[in-house]
Amino acid sequence: MTKSELIEELSKKQPHLPPKDVELAVNCMLEQINQSLSSGERIEIRGFGSFSLHYRPSRMGRNPKTGGAVALAPKFVPHFKPGRELKERVDASKDSYKITC
Amino acid sequence: MAITKADFAEGLFDEMGLNKREAKEIVELFFEEIKSSLEVGEQVKISGFGKFELKDKSSRPGRNPKTGEEIPISARRVVTFRSGMKLKARVEAYAGTK
Repeated sequence: MTKSELIEELSKKQPHLPPKDVELAVNCMLEQINQSLSSGERIEIRGFGSFSLHYRPSRMGRNPKTGGAVALAPKFVPHFKPGRELKERVDASKDSYKITC
Repeated sequence: MAITKADFAEGLFDEMGLNKREAKEIVELFFEEIKSSLEVGEQVKISGFGKFELKDKSSRPGRNPKTGEEIPISARRVVTFRSGMKLKARVEAYAGTK
């Protein structure tokens, strides 16, 4: 499922809202997640999961082309931890559905 | 304080003027739609954000870390999230301590 398919599905379930508004709402929520994470704030959605940042200390990397050593600065990376309900639902149906894109 | 569904609803109210009930409903539906898709084995790719992927893990031996007792870990399907370039770049710029 892609973002546009997600918006389409939501529009079907919210027929009183113009599809443009549904798209706006989806973008607004995604922007809120991006915004919170980039300011270091956790997001917790009961039953779905939580987004947080994980720290990666500085390390020596390599330029794959030249093989030369490069110092990489410490950084934060986004992390998602699935909530219990999501975990259970996904696992419970593993024998009924193949993984698709 | 972590951001919750209530904050998302408030954001929709502020940004779009959706009333509280509408906003709550669409926040709820948004996360439910992603869960339903993953539940039927369909991975979810959201451009500018990231991809919720599914992985089938085979069973493996595990241990109770407290007692050291060996217990098998059953085969399972798990959800992983891979953030997109855009989100990665924005988060990398965060210089805080946690």
